[in-house]
Formats: sequence, structure tokens, C-alpha cells
Amino acid sequence: MISDNAKKQIDTWIAKYPEGRQSSAVMEALKIVQAENENQLSHDTIQAVADYLNMPGIAAAEVATFYENYNHQPVGKHIIRFCHNISCMLNGSDDLIAHLETKLGVKTGEVTKDGLISVKKVECLGACVGAPMFQIGDQYYENLTTDKIDDIVDGLK
Amino acid sequence: MNEVCFKNLDKDQCWSLETYEASGGYSTWRKILKGEYTPDEIINELKISGLRGRGGAGFPTGLKWSFMPRNAEGQKYIVCNSDEGEPGTCKDRDILRFNPHAVIEGMAIGGYVMDATVGYNYIRGEFMEPFKRFEGALKEAYAAGLLGKNINGSEVSFDLYSHLGAGAYICGEETALLESIEGKKGQPRFKPPFPANVGLFGKPTTINNTESFASVPDIMQNGGQWFADLGVENSGGTKLFSVSGHVNNPANFEVSMGMPFSELLELAGGMRNGAKLKAVIPGGSSTPVLTAEAAMAMTMDYDGIDKAGSMLGAGSVIIMDDSTCMVEALTRLAHFYYDESCGQCTPCREGTGWLYRVLKRIMDGQGKADDIDLLLGVQEKIMGNTICALGDAAAMPVESFLRNFREEFEYYIEHKKSMVKG
Repeated sequence: MISDNAKKQIDTWIAKYPEGRQSSAVMEALKIVQAENENQLSHDTIQAVADYLNMPGIAAAEVATFYENYNHQPVGKHIIRFCHNISCMLNGSDDLIAHLETKLGVKTGEVTKDGLISVKKVECLGACVGAPMFQIGDQYYENLTTDKIDDIVDGLK
Repeated sequence: MNEVCFKNLDKDQCWSLETYEASGGYSTWRKILKGEYTPDEIINELKISGLRGRGGAGFPTGLKWSFMPRNAEGQKYIVCNSDEGEPGTCKDRDILRFNPHAVIEGMAIGGYVMDATVGYNYIRGEFMEPFKRFEGALKEAYAAGLLGKNINGSEVSFDLYSHLGAGAYICGEETALLESIEGKKGQPRFKPPFPANVGLFGKPTTINNTESFASVPDIMQNGGQWFADLGVENSGGTKLFSVSGHVNNPANFEVSMGMPFSELLELAGGMRNGAKLKAVIPGGSSTPVLTAEAAMAMTMDYDGIDKAGSMLGAGSVIIMDDSTCMVEALTRLAHFYYDESCGQCTPCREGTGWLYRVLKRIMDGQGKADDIDLLLGVQEKIMGNTICALGDAAAMPVESFLRNFREEFEYYIEHKKSMVKG
């Protein structure tokens, strides 16, 4: 259930914590496994992570459902995480989110028909001086405009 | 400007070890390794500096460090809180990206002072660019023999790791952060016991904000008095202010404490399109909103902002011009706390939902005449009745928006539309 490559990555995190404290690596372990399973966690993958870290399944499930970065429903290959909180709002994020929804033909929370992109409205991502902004994968995109959004989205494959 | 955390900002590869060392970086750490400083000397220098916690609480850093039972047996930990995520706040991101070695050295110095041989830097999960920068800096520091066990044959050991979050504002609360490092839901702990006695993995732990740690090396290099003199009484040093919203040049500015707000606004390019200033949230979304008049009379230091009726917080200055609908702005903030409440304490879990839903119904044209009293009642019942400060953080904006801009809420309820936007 957990690939050798994923195990290797998880092990580098386990090594950061004291012996017997391998459950400290659960947050990253869940992310690593999620990335290998179409950006999504299931009951079985959560349990597999728990087993690998020698912790109760329910403890891993608590983490998987508490934090925002885990997905339990189908999502796109790329998730556009659009900040809509105050600094972004003051800079027109609501209009830009509407533009993105129209362009992609989906509402926030939905996935495009081809499974390529999903859009999520998120709370502050900590880049307020670059508002409005969104995140795709590891990358922040700041000072967004409709043109900029079009360019970025058209480049997603 | 840019005298401490941002002093190398204009240099090429400002985040590299080479740049950092060229400006005196790691000189204090190297002295420590040679046995040239006692922990008490460092604490004393920090006390003179007037450095106060830059994460929002403003607690004196030197005093905090003196609380650690440094002579107690067993493992102790030092933790950096880089879980930045309060709306308006984005300074630690830039410290991690542009001056990661100052964070490392600050943590190492703290580790030495408190006899904590292991440190963790908790970086919010979305901050992958800052995380990679910090990891790169860690690699450089290890390769240069600045970290590890019995460094350079000394008796000093310090190992430092980064831990990534996964999307939860509450983990910026220090005990929730500790829970999170332990691989649990980020729900704050009861205090006491305080982390200095029972912290990470049950061991004595001190947690400081990224900017606090990053300020320590320069304080040691130039002396506590130098840092204190950069600021004003009771607010030593410089401070990073994240200025966002309706300004021409939103950015992070490192300026001396005590700068008049009007000057900071000028630094940020002034109001966009020459619009009129309407309101300012001076310290991040949880700090009370101020009217333009109160803001323009304010200086940017702990006492100055306190006197104006708000708090310095994390130095996150959100500027709103007269096109801003205050009902809409508060509703957005209320949504944030509703979304981010960890659910542990009933007043916050239920209260934040009430605040958001009542505001939402006002915006949907379904507001009732007594909704303002209802909002005030709910926030009052949250305030002071929760384990951590998130409850207060959710309550304070509601009280201050309603106090300073009540007529806009009354108008919205009566006319079922915004007084500003129509």
C-alpha cells in the first residue's frame, strides 16, 4: 500500500524525532502517501500510514481530518488554492475567483471534467503583501490579475 | 530601515551562508563554541535590548528564556514558531526566504542558553519555498560544522530540524504547535503546566517566533543597548510590518519601533488611487480595527498602538480605504475564525459559527434589528472563556468593528444592502 519510495521519504522524517516518537512524522507521511494516490486519502491509506508508524489508525485519521491539506474527496491533478481572506478580498479576490470559475466551468470545491484542475477557496496563505494570490502545488502565484490567471491556468497540463 | 532581520535584503543571494557570515553572522555562535559567553550574559543582553515576542504576544524574550530550568536533568527543546497564517501576516515567510541563517543562529544561541540540544522549526505546510530555503541553509550550516554534536570539539551540541504543518491556523498557538509536532491534532493544551516545564514530548521547551529568533544574533553582535536604541521605550529595536490592502506598494518593511503610522503609510506608497483612508487593522486580523483618525495619530510600537485602542500583534497592518464595506470585511474575518477554530472549547467552536452565520445573514439581507446586540453578546461570551487566545482573537474584531462602524451594520440590516457598495 505504501510504495518503497514513499517509505524512504517517510523514513527521513522519522529520523528527525526521538526514538519511539515516529508518529511525529504522521503529517508528512500522510502527505507523501496522498501524493502517490491521486492527491487523495482513503480509509485504507490512512490505516497503512498508521501501521507503518506503529500508531492507532484512529490517531492517524484524526490528523488526516483535522488539517486542511488532506483530501478525502476526488480532486484534480492540480489544486488551485485561492486565498479569499481580508487582504486578498480587499484586492479583488472574489472577482478573480468568479473569473476562474467561469473560465474552468466549475465552482470552488469542484473538479474540471477532465480531472485536471480543482479549485478550492482557502483561508490566509500568508502572502498578504502579494494579494491577491493562490497556490498550486508548492508554488505561490502573487499579484494576480485575470490575464495572469489565464496564463497560469492555460499552462497547466 | 532594514537594520536587523532584513539587513542583507539588498545583497545578492542574501540567504546564503557566505552573505550571512560576511555581515558578522555566526560570530556570536562561534564565540559561544569557544566558551566566551555564559548563558546569563546572553539573557542579560536580551533583557537590555527590550526584545519582545514578535509573534503577537509581546512577551519579553530575555525573561522567557530565563524561565527555562536550564540545569534540570534530561532533554530540553527549543522550538521556532513559523506557522504564520493570521490574515495580514506574512513577515516570517520573508525572513525564512531571505535570512534563514539568522533564524538558525538565533535558535542555536537560545539552545545554548537554555541547554536545549535539539530544536525544531515548525513551518506552515504551505510555505514550501521558505521550507526549502531553510532546509538549504540547514545543510550549509551542518556542512560548515556549525551544527551537530560536540561542535568543533566543544561541549556544545545543537541539532536543528524543520517540521512542516498541514494547514491549521491554530498550530500557531504554542501548545497546539507542540501537539502538532507530536503528530496529533493541533488542539491547545491547558496551562499550567507551561511548556518551560512540560513541553514537547513532555520535556522543558521554549517556543519563540521566527522574527524573535532572527533578531537575536544582531542583538548579540551589536549589544542590547544598540537594539533598544533603535526603538523607543518599552519597544526596543526594529519591527517588520506587513502592510497590505489598499496601498500603492504593499510590502514588508523593517522600521524602527515608534515610527508614526503616517510615515509607514507613506513608505507603503500611500493610499491607492489617492483614496481616503477609512480603517486600519494594525496588528493582524485578531487585533481591534481602528478608525482613520485613531490610526493617523498612532505610533507603531507596543504602547503607541495600545494607546490608540488596538495591539501591535504581529505587525500586520491592513489598510482599508473608503470603498471598503465594513460589514463585508468583518464577515470575511469571522469566516476565518469559524473555519480555524479547533473545536475544543464550546464558546469558540459554537460562538465563531454564530458570529459568522449572523453576519452572513445580514449580508444576505436577512438581518434582524437585534442582530447587533446578538453579535455583541456572542463575542462577549467567547472572550476570556476559552483555553487559548483564538477565542479572544475571534471576538475582538467583532467588538471593535461594531464600536467604530456601527452605523454601517445598522444600515445593512435596515436597508438590506451595503451603505458603501449599495
